[in-house]
Amino acid sequence: MEYLLILTEDDDEFACRTDERAGDYWAEWTAFVGEINASGIVRYGAALQPPSTASTVRVRDGVRSVQDGPFAESKENLGGIFVIDVPDLDAALEWAAKRPRSGSAEVRPLLGMAPADD
Amino acid sequence: MAGEATSAVEAVVRESYGRLLAFLASQTSDIAAAEDALADALESAVRTWPERGVPERPESWMLTVARRSLIGGGRRRQVAERNQVELALRTAEREELGPASSVPDKRLELMFTCAHPAIDPSLHAPLMLQTVLGLDAARIAAAFLMAPATLGQQLVRAKRKIKVAGVPFRVPGPEELPERAGSVADAIYAAYGTGWDDPVGDDDRKVGLVPEALRLVELLCELLPDDPEAHGLAALLWHTEARRGSRRADDGTLVLLSEQDPATWSRAAIATADRHLRVAASLHSPGPWQVQAVIQAVHNRRASAGETDWLTIVALYDTLLTMRPTVGAQVARAGAVLEAAGPDAALAALAEVDPGAAATYQPWWAVRLEALIRAGAPGDEIGSAYGEAVRLSNDPAVRAHLALRVGPGLGAEQKG
Repeated sequence: MEYLLILTEDDDEFACRTDERAGDYWAEWTAFVGEINASGIVRYGAALQPPSTASTVRVRDGVRSVQDGPFAESKENLGGIFVIDVPDLDAALEWAAKRPRSGSAEVRPLLGMAPADD
Repeated sequence: MAGEATSAVEAVVRESYGRLLAFLASQTSDIAAAEDALADALESAVRTWPERGVPERPESWMLTVARRSLIGGGRRRQVAERNQVELALRTAEREELGPASSVPDKRLELMFTCAHPAIDPSLHAPLMLQTVLGLDAARIAAAFLMAPATLGQQLVRAKRKIKVAGVPFRVPGPEELPERAGSVADAIYAAYGTGWDDPVGDDDRKVGLVPEALRLVELLCELLPDDPEAHGLAALLWHTEARRGSRRADDGTLVLLSEQDPATWSRAAIATADRHLRVAASLHSPGPWQVQAVIQAVHNRRASAGETDWLTIVALYDTLLTMRPTVGAQVARAGAVLEAAGPDAALAALAEVDPGAAATYQPWWAVRLEALIRAGAPGDEIGSAYGEAVRLSNDPAVRAHLALRVGPGLGAEQKG
């Protein structure tokens, strides 16, 4: 089954990427990314630029508006994603639990071909 | 003939429902579809058995019909998914054709799926009761004081998540087992609790699930025979069960444990509990369920010893608190301290409880009230403890008992 791992970070974590803590930050993430890639389950993976680089577009009544920043203000923001292919939820949860540093990891199954009875 | 067929259907339902459902669901991950298929099979049995007679192996008959329904019901599904279901069921059929070809028992897997951490804990017990025992949602909702429609919706959603998110049907490995089995135990304990709060069934909406919880815990022990905590939970429930009928007098008034006549306790339940405790002890791995069971065993020993060994009970609560520190255990310990060492020691023990948690916890106020009365405390202190203990209880029998304890002056004052 395919799952999306949605990895979030708070502002302080995003700051770690560039301040004096960057060494630890990148070492820990590189180790995790190396391990999950080596396992052969990764379909796609990417780290994201911080939420301050986000733009949100809405179209209402045919009128397009662009907003500076992410869709919703929140304490934790999307920092990176992986699409993985593993046998079941337990396997996906296990990988999610291995994410380094603080922040959550939401696990969502991908909607494959839509089943007819849904 | 018709009567025989009907009772045969009932017997299969009672004995095999969970086994059949667990097997079908574990093959397809689709609990709802397995339930529908099994309902179809039951309907066919009710229709055909009275005419054609009860098949030689009713369980296998049901399984075959349910499988056909499951594959047939897949006609509306996509070809790929239908083929997958069919393949899974064919494989299962082959595996099953061993010498002892009864339905493989996947009920333990099903219990772990129902109590999976990815499923809301409040739904663990209802899911288990519905799938393993075949209880209908309305009955479960009544016991858990929920609106049937709400619970029904939540169960549908949970089953859908199990299917769509790929919650596996498997027994966790040794590393995860204690924690995961703990979730199953918590769910069974919650089911038992539905019948404990209202022992005489004053509340019509609330039909307790005590027998069902006892069936589940026995099943858990049967399926996890070497798990000491499973036996610990079983011992706890049976020791508690031994006294359930003694908690109310004939007129409905509350009878405290210390005032109960041990002759009214169930010897059979105590014997069952002790049997589980012996198995648990032989496995040499103590845990919180076992300690709680031993506490109740010590209470029940009054039946033979004539008195309660309160010092031992306090020591057991100390052990329990090192394993699982809860407000409930702290307050229960204070209650035991009251008997073992008197009111001042009990009040000191109560003072150790986090004030925020204590403020809204009825037993904390009830123990405090009793300690204050025995210490001969001033009336206003007793009055305020009494007020809180009454305010936080929704059981009329408990409120009546408290009023009796403080006497007519205070008890009457608080009435309006």
